[in-house]
Order: sequence, then structure tokens, then C-alpha cells
Amino acid sequence: MKDQDTRRLLRWGLVAGAVMTFTAAVGMLEAFDDRLLIRPVLSLGYLIMLWFAPVAGYQATNTPVLEGLTRPPSGTRNVAAGAICGLLGGTVLAAFTVLVDTFDLRGVFLPFSSRLVELLTYGLGVPAGLLFTALVPAGLGLVGGTLHLASASLRRRLILASEWVVVVALLEQIFTQVLSRIRLEALAEAIFTLRALEWWAALGVAALVAVISERSRGSLAMVRQRLFASDPRRRTANSVWMAIGVVVFLIVIPQVLGSLLSEVLANVGLFLLMALGLNIVVGLAGMLDLGFVAFFAVGAYTVGVLTSPISPRFAFEWSWWVALPVAIAMSALAGLLVGTPVIRMRGDYLAIVTLGFGEIVRILFLSDWLSPTFGGAQGVQNIPGVPLGFTEVSGVDPEGVLYLAFVFVLLSVWVSWSLQESRIGRAWTALREDETVAEAMGINIVRAKLNAFIVGAVLAGFAGALFAAKLGSVFPSSFELLVSIIILVVVIVGGMGNIPGVAVGAVVLIGVLGGPQVPGLLAEFSEFKLLIYGALLVFMMLRKPEGLVPSVRRSRELHGEELTQDAWLDKQGVLAEAGTATTEGAVNGR
Amino acid sequence: MRASFPPLLRRGWPGWVDSFLWTVRIAAIAVLIWGVAGTVVKGVAGEGPTAEAWRDLIVAGIAQGAMYGLIALGYSMVYGVLGFINFAHGEVFMSGAMVGFFVSDYLWEIHFWDTNFAVSILLVFSSSILTSTLVAIAVERIAYRPLRNAPRLIPLITSIGISFFLQYTFAGLFGVAVKNYPPPPDSLRARIGFLGIEIEGTKLVVVVVAVLTMAGLYLFVERTRTGRSIRAVAEDKEIAALMGINVDRTIVATFAVGGAMAGVAGILWALLFRGVSFHTGFLPGIKAFTAAVLGGIGNLPGAMAGGVLLGLFEGVGPQLVLAGLGIPGVSQLKDVVAFTALVLVLIFRPAGLFGERLAAEDRA
Repeated sequence: MKDQDTRRLLRWGLVAGAVMTFTAAVGMLEAFDDRLLIRPVLSLGYLIMLWFAPVAGYQATNTPVLEGLTRPPSGTRNVAAGAICGLLGGTVLAAFTVLVDTFDLRGVFLPFSSRLVELLTYGLGVPAGLLFTALVPAGLGLVGGTLHLASASLRRRLILASEWVVVVALLEQIFTQVLSRIRLEALAEAIFTLRALEWWAALGVAALVAVISERSRGSLAMVRQRLFASDPRRRTANSVWMAIGVVVFLIVIPQVLGSLLSEVLANVGLFLLMALGLNIVVGLAGMLDLGFVAFFAVGAYTVGVLTSPISPRFAFEWSWWVALPVAIAMSALAGLLVGTPVIRMRGDYLAIVTLGFGEIVRILFLSDWLSPTFGGAQGVQNIPGVPLGFTEVSGVDPEGVLYLAFVFVLLSVWVSWSLQESRIGRAWTALREDETVAEAMGINIVRAKLNAFIVGAVLAGFAGALFAAKLGSVFPSSFELLVSIIILVVVIVGGMGNIPGVAVGAVVLIGVLGGPQVPGLLAEFSEFKLLIYGALLVFMMLRKPEGLVPSVRRSRELHGEELTQDAWLDKQGVLAEAGTATTEGAVNGR
Repeated sequence: MRASFPPLLRRGWPGWVDSFLWTVRIAAIAVLIWGVAGTVVKGVAGEGPTAEAWRDLIVAGIAQGAMYGLIALGYSMVYGVLGFINFAHGEVFMSGAMVGFFVSDYLWEIHFWDTNFAVSILLVFSSSILTSTLVAIAVERIAYRPLRNAPRLIPLITSIGISFFLQYTFAGLFGVAVKNYPPPPDSLRARIGFLGIEIEGTKLVVVVVAVLTMAGLYLFVERTRTGRSIRAVAEDKEIAALMGINVDRTIVATFAVGGAMAGVAGILWALLFRGVSFHTGFLPGIKAFTAAVLGGIGNLPGAMAGGVLLGLFEGVGPQLVLAGLGIPGVSQLKDVVAFTALVLVLIFRPAGLFGERLAAEDRA
């Protein structure tokens, strides 16, 4: 037991050291140091480097509580462990600092500059500053260890408060914008200086969150219960009210957010449309399609070629609304053509072949061979916007695009929802879970899979049509494999097979981090966006394959008996105490 | 996985799919014949590439294919043992080529490269092999081991994440610029007579190194104790464990061997193209996977043969088939030919040209 504890301490300490060294070595500390989060103490670079120290300090002594065991008492042991774990990490980081300082490795490793040493030693230079390099993580690890002493509710509030402070500081744009729209510019100017939250304001936010979270605990569940658990007539009335509320909210929000944020949100809408399509293919029917961008490209190019006055071959100058059905038909055809050869393949072969199709489509659009029709690398330009009778919505009018995206997203959500609940939706779920059994139950596998492919392709083509009108031009470089991968990450992080999950994934990832070629709220991340996407994908697969907002069926599939055991523990009230420890223990123990 | 072709006509949707696939098969053959015929007609009329140009295309195709074959071995072994596509294998290959660049650049700067080329290239090879092996082992330990019993798409998705993570880690560490290896000595770049034909020295070296490495791997897998345990684990993990084989260690060995092959391939890439960047691993990775499927996944000689075949398709195919169809700018469509080959192989012979060798549970 004792031996095991030491080993865990050592492991978490070294992991913390590795994470901190990695972020510094890869250049994140330097790149993000310019963005101050909390004045005058914390920049984004330090946050990204140091956040793991308290987590490791907490985890180092977080014993998983299994069924029938009592929780070991917490005390100075935990605090000391946290501090030692942090110190271990800090020592690794200090060793790295010495390495960077002593040897001139700039010729090989670009980020290993004297500025990196300066940042790592908090501006104090090598011998003196090294103490801080090692002790700051130690202190943070100690804080993490100290969390064990707090009661469960206090701990929850502390974590929530610090999370919110970070969120407010990071998403400063939203808060200043909203505050200034509701005539509180003075407040915005007082708490934010040069995009950074003042330290006293940070404390204020933390206090506010801590108080509100205590007051409002359980009220969300109550609201939900009141909305859904009443008699059927009331429930209908409630959902009508809710729908009206959603519509009003969607109408008001672009006005409040202003054009910059509307642009970001419009991109979210666009990618959400695609993600909803991929969700049907991957989430419901269980086919991993890595060439999804092909259908998006087909939709966009069809609209471009048919509507643009200077499209190389057909200058039909159709209206967007006339071109839309053609675009949808073309992408459905593409879905059929790609789907038919691949549906009988093994799941992983299907993934690679669809990836190949995606690349084939992009290279063909780029090639000299088809450039008389599609314009080669220049693509198709001067695509008009979407005419709406009284006005024309195009990329220069982000609010308009946003409204349009809202309408289309609602439409697609409705379509996906009804399909999911229909006979064909149940067929998809059945074949995802077990193809042989599904076939034995009389489901026509080939037909169900082709349907999924075509519906997914149509949704992507729809997104492509909107994309062409929004951007005003289509190039082959907008349709790289990256787009497929990012959409896949959105679906997976949100929660495969769950529409609200996919929406959350799109808002969080595309809105905050940014999609391919479009910046999100944190434009600073653009250089490291794909690194973060990759890390996130791995993390989600290892720890939470069902996503942030899991569908019930999906998580049952992935966790099997574990879930029923969790449900039982939940009833016993054990799980609330142990937090995520149980599942993590199970993973580590394997 | 069906071994025989389905009946041509059946009622209902599946019948429709079969007829579609037959149409694709027939159309593919028709296009192939038409294109080759067009090229032959042009050749007879004295247009199109000369005989020397064809020879160079074929030699380049074989050299590149031999490199694909080495990468394909890693895919094939991991697929044989664990039953999933290790999407990050292309990045394992890239990491070797990248580190090899820094070693060779250093040797160039101290003027060791031009005076002692043989020793230098050995040093570069060993650094590349070491790096690729370490990266492959680390990836297995961190990302794949916790997923041993997960549904099969989960490790695949994880490997996609790893692939992007590694790419952008390398971009962050070493910058995004393309790095050019120092040139090999002139004696190696000159054309050498080999079996009566003149070919470029580097290409000959590439092919010879690839064949020797492959032979070494074959002996390792067939003759050594570790090789035997790899084959046993690929056949059935549980029974292998019952026979006293340490399954985890064997899987690590598989990744290490696959990584070493990728490390060799990384330097072969450098000899052929000289330029390396963080993006280098992606396309060769996909193509090597295609080669592994082409040769029958899990089948090691098949992977090598599949690599050479794919290299030939890619090198000669655009000129031979597409140019014959009158398509302009055929060299841009190299990758299209490779991916089309993948699709067609999976339609015509999903088990590969030489048959796949997989564990019982993966043959579904």
C-alpha cells in the first residue's frame, strides 16, 4: 500500500513535469505570454503551463473509493503529497530551464530562446530564478493537495469559481460586448484593462460564482423536472413556450453580440450543420467517414458554378435558392456514389477509403483537367449572396448569415431528430450496435447504411451551399482533410449520436478554438489549434469516449456494466463523494 | 469478407449494389484498357515520353514503392497483432526523417558528411531508427495500451488524434519550414549501370537497403523467439498468453520493429526527395497503408510487394493510363491514382492480392 502510494506520487509528479516541460518546449509559453488574463499576475502562457500542477497535486493522493470501502481520512498527508508532487514537476521544469540556458539549441529547437529562459525563471535569470521555477509548481501542487481538506461542497465551489474566472478572462470579448450593449461600458472598462481582468475583479467573479452556485444548487434539475415530468397537456404547453423562448433568444442574440461575435457564431452554425450530418453517419449508423468534406465541397462548388457570373464554364447566374436543390441533389448523388462501394467494407477500411475519396475530390477540383469547369487553384469567385426578397445575405453581413445559419440549423436539427426517432433511425442504432443481429431482425443493412450516407451527404452539401454564399468564393484549399477531422472532433467531443452534444461541441470547439481557416474567440490559439485538437481527441478517447454530453445509449454501450454499477453507487450516495475517481481508478487499474 | 464474387443479379437493394459494383469493375477495366491503348497509339506515332523517360518513371516508381513497402510493414504488423489502423505510423516515419535531418546537417557543418559519407549515413540511419522506435513505443504505451479491449474504431480515432498531435508538436519544436538534407556525394548521384540498364545511384541504394531491411525483418519474424511470439499473439492473444507469452511485451516489440522499419524508410525518403517537414508523414502514411491493404494486411512479404506495386501505379499510372485518355496535367493526379488503386483493390479483392493473415476475431 505504502509502496503503491509512493509510486503514484512519483508518477503524477513526473507527468506534471512532462506536461509543463512540453508546453514550454513546444513554444506555447512564449506564444501566449502576450495575452494577459488576470492583471498583474497571470498570462495565458503561464496558465497553459501551470494549470496541470494543482490537478496533479490533487490527483496524487486521490484514492478511488470502491464499493464497500470507506474513504481514507484526509489530512496533512494529502497536502504534503500535493506539494511534493508539484516540487517534483517543478524540478523537472528547472532541469529543462538549465538545459535551455546552458546549451544553445536554437538552431534545432526554435522556441529554445533566451526569452524562454527569462519567462521560465520569472525574469530573474538562471541561478536565482530556478528556485521559483521549481517552487511555483510546488506551491500550486500544495494548493491541489489542500483541496482534499475541504468538504465536498466547498471543493466544488472553489473549482467552479476558478473555472469561471478563467472563462471570464479568456472570453473577455463576449463580456465587454454584452456589457456595452446594455449600457454598462463603465463597468466593462473598470474590470478589464487591455483585455485582462483586474485582480480584484477576478476575486469578485470568484466570490459571485461561489455564492450563486451554492444558492442555485439543484435548481436546474428542478426546472427540468417541472418542464418534463408534468401531465402531457402541460408538457405540450411548456415545449411551445420553450420553443418561443428559443426563437426570441436567437433573434435577440445577434443584435447583442455585434458583428465580430456574430461572425464567429455564424461559423459555428456552418460547422454545426456539417457536424449534424456527420453525426448521422458516425454517431447513429456507426460508420467512420473521414472524407466527409467531399460532400461539403460538392455542395459549395455546385452553388458556386451555378450562381457566379464569372464561373468558368456555366455562367448561369442562377439565384441561390434555385441552385440549392441542385446542390443537394449533387451531394446526395455523391453520397450514393461514395457510399455504394464502401458499405460492405470493414469499419476501419471504410474510414480509410472515405478519406481517399475526400482527397480524390479535392485534388480533382484542383487539377488542370477540371479547371475549365471549376477554376483550378483560383476556384470560383464572385458568388452572390442569398437573396431574401428585401435584402441579400452575404459574408459582409454577419448578422444576416447568422440568422440564416440559425434557420438552417433548426431545420437540420428537426430533420435529424425526426430521423433519429423514426424507423430508419432505430435501424441505424441497431446496426451500429450489432450488424448481424440487426440483419437477423429483418433490417436491410445495405439500404440503412446507404440512407445514412445520403442523409449525411445532403446535410453537408447544404452547409456547403451556405458556405459558398457566405464566403463569396470557393477554393480547393477550403476542403482539406483537416475539415473532416475537425468535424469528427466536434462530434466526438460533444457526444456521438446526441444532437445537443454535437451542438455543445461545435460551440465550444469552433466558437472558442476556431475551425479550419476560421478563427474562434481565442484567435491566439490559431498556431496551436490542431495540436490542441489532437490532444483533445486522444484525451476524450482515453477518458470519456462518450463525449461531454453523452447520449444515454452510447455511454451504456461504451461502459457496459460499469454504468449499472455507477447507477447503484449513485443511489448509495457514494459517487457524489468520490467524483470521477471511480471511473479513473478503473481505467488505471487495467 | 467474401472470398468469391457475389452473383451478378439478385432482387432488391443488395442486388442493385452488386450490379453497381460490377459496373464499377467493368468500367475500371475499360478505362484502363482504353487509356493504355491510347498511350500505345501515341507512342507508336512517336508522341509521348521516350523510352528513357519510361525507364526513369519505372525506376523512380520502384524506389518510392520500396520505401512505401517499408512503412507498410509497420501498418501490417500492428494491424495483424492489434487489429486496428495505426494512423499515426506516418508520423513515426516523419519523426525519424526529421531527427535524421538534424544529425546529417550537423555532420555536413563539421565537413564529415562529404569526407566520410558511408559512416555519416550509418549515423543518420541509426539516429532515425532510434527516434522512430522510441516514438512508436511511447505512442503505444501512452495511447494504445489503455484501449486494449475497446471497440475497434476507438483506437483508430485515437491514432488520428495522435497523428495530429505529433505533427504539430514537431511543427512547434522545429518550425514549419521544409528542411533540406545535405546532398549525397556526386558519385552516388551519378547514373550507374545495373543489370544492363543505367539508373541513378541513390535509387539503387534505396531499393537495396529496402530489400535488405525487409529480408532482415522476415528472418526476425520467422526465426527468432520474439518473432515467433509476435506471430502467436497475432494469431490469438488469449491463447498466446496461456502459452506463457508476455502479450504486452510482444506488442511493444511489434511497435518497436514497425517503428524501426519506418525509421529506415524516413532516411530513404530523404535520399529520394531531400526535403522534410512536419507534413511529410501524412501522405506516405496513407499510401503505405494502401500498400499494406494491396498486399493483404498482416502479410509481410505482401506488404513489401504491395508497396512496390503501388509505387509503380503511382509513378507510371498517370502517364500510362491517364495521358492516354487525353487528360492534361497528369502528374498532378498521382495521388488520385494511388487512392483509386486503394478503392479498386477493396472492391475487387478486399483481402489483398496475396491474401491477408489476421487473427480469428479480426476476420469478421
